[in-house]
Amino acid sequence: MADREQARVAGSHVVGRLVIYALLVLLALYYLMPLFVMLSTSVKTLDDIRGGNLIALPAQVTFEAWAKAWSSACTGVACGGLRGNFWNSVTFVVPAVLISTFIGAFNGYVLTMWRFRGSDAIFTLLMIGCFIPFQVVLLPMAQTLGVLGIANSTPGLIFVHVVYGLAFTTLFFRNFYVSVPDELAKAARIDGAGFFRIFWRIILPLSPPIIVVCIIWQFTQIWNDFLFGVVFSSGERQPITVALNNLANTSTGVKEYNVDMAAAIIAALPTLFVYVVAGKYFVRGLTAGAVKG
Amino acid sequence: MQSFASAQAGAAAPAATPRRSLLDVVELALPKLVLGPTLLISLIFVYGFILWTGWLSFTESRMLPRYEFAGLLQYISLFGNERWWVAVRNLAVFGGLFIFICMAFGLLMAILLDQRIRAEGFLRSIYLYPMALSFIVTGTAWKWILNPGLGFERLVQQLGFSGFTFDWLVNPQMSIYTVVIAGAWQSSGFVMALFLAGLRGIDESIIKAAQVDGASMPRIYWSIIVPSLRPVFFSAFIILAHIAIKSFDLVMALTGGGPGFSSDLPATFMYAFGFTRNQIGLGAASAVMMMMTVAAVVVPLMYSELRRERRG
Repeated sequence: MADREQARVAGSHVVGRLVIYALLVLLALYYLMPLFVMLSTSVKTLDDIRGGNLIALPAQVTFEAWAKAWSSACTGVACGGLRGNFWNSVTFVVPAVLISTFIGAFNGYVLTMWRFRGSDAIFTLLMIGCFIPFQVVLLPMAQTLGVLGIANSTPGLIFVHVVYGLAFTTLFFRNFYVSVPDELAKAARIDGAGFFRIFWRIILPLSPPIIVVCIIWQFTQIWNDFLFGVVFSSGERQPITVALNNLANTSTGVKEYNVDMAAAIIAALPTLFVYVVAGKYFVRGLTAGAVKG
Repeated sequence: MQSFASAQAGAAAPAATPRRSLLDVVELALPKLVLGPTLLISLIFVYGFILWTGWLSFTESRMLPRYEFAGLLQYISLFGNERWWVAVRNLAVFGGLFIFICMAFGLLMAILLDQRIRAEGFLRSIYLYPMALSFIVTGTAWKWILNPGLGFERLVQQLGFSGFTFDWLVNPQMSIYTVVIAGAWQSSGFVMALFLAGLRGIDESIIKAAQVDGASMPRIYWSIIVPSLRPVFFSAFIILAHIAIKSFDLVMALTGGGPGFSSDLPATFMYAFGFTRNQIGLGAASAVMMMMTVAAVVVPLMYSELRRERRG
């Protein structure tokens, strides 16, 4: 009797496990579907696209759409593909990420190891900046960039991304350093080490994990940004997200869905690559940034 | 860290007496000097600019900013603008559904993944990869998938349902729902990650005790585990609401706000009037309204966070 009862429980357990795995796999397929559709559409010919359907495999694989998206597709008036915009993005994303991370590290260091009267209030003030919808600063920023003479330029975009990234980078480092035992820095101070020495010798060597998290977060945010790109740049200066949007929303001529999809993947590749090689750090940044941001 | 700060204060006091060299003064001021630029940047480019936008919203600015006070003119015009109300209604529809779907899927996936699953890490990274994509990429992909001629509609028709139509992308009544579909696809994995972290933080012994008492797993989830995730629900809600209010890229890539302005959101409204239609004053007024909405969502969080920190 007991045996049979046990078998029944075990049986329902197996069924339960199967249901769980089935649901998980279905969900995984759902999340992968758009990526699959993008990839397969990007290597199809236009005839293949018109004749087949979304999930049909390509009749023949061709990389013409990729070549066109990279070097000759029309994004608005210009027809040089996404190549130029890709490098635009690289040239402002890299400095913006490095500068904002560097400043954030020092801010976090001050806000934890060198607190002074009012430093907590400053931190709160900075954090509120994480929450504002950027629409509320766009119009003044457009005026200001014009006055500074860096409107529609790479330095302009670097400036904007650094300014509005600082709150997040500061938050990352501050929350990381809060959990560093203060005996370390205290001992160094007694030995006569100063502000920068403690930072370089003691704090920085502990920081690689948070530096990686911060760089990945900033890179993903700034590479994927569209709002600042579309408002503060035009024509040849535009970042890749803006060019992709122009390409996919161009309504003149024959709609080349394969080129659109190839372009979308090109725009996504850098951040996807980072996600694949350093997903752990990406997720850590996501949840760390999320707790307050 | 508190103790270190006070130790510093103690160390600083004796230094203030006779042997206070220039170097010491600089050393003492260093932390403030380092934090100063960031504070200044924040005061100017966040708080100053908010006031600047606020001021613009009380002027008659059109193509160029003007600074003569014109009262509530722009707000009256905003509240009389049909397109604005479409955007507000859309935000309610999109925000409500987006938050609900992301939370439901996120919680479901987290609970399923928390059942000692093989290849959990692999599945988790599949659910989460959309977060690494730009909303523009997501929008472009879904625009193609939902394409009324060749996309999902064609697929279902070829499966044998020849009368099937799916034209939400070009149907003004339904276009905002396509934004929900794509947005939920992108962000639900993120909510999963939040819930999973929350589930991992729950004390196993409580669950064991409930099992010993003979409670079934669904019941344990419903009456013990899910209620203890309350803080996660709270922060997930805030974050999703924040994403929803700021949503701009996704609409631009997916529908461009169309057909007509049927899928406009406040963020696209602000962009259209502030930057492409030369109505700076009206754009500023809509930006101020957006910020008020975010504040209405976020201030309660900040308040309760601060209270909790003070208590803890």
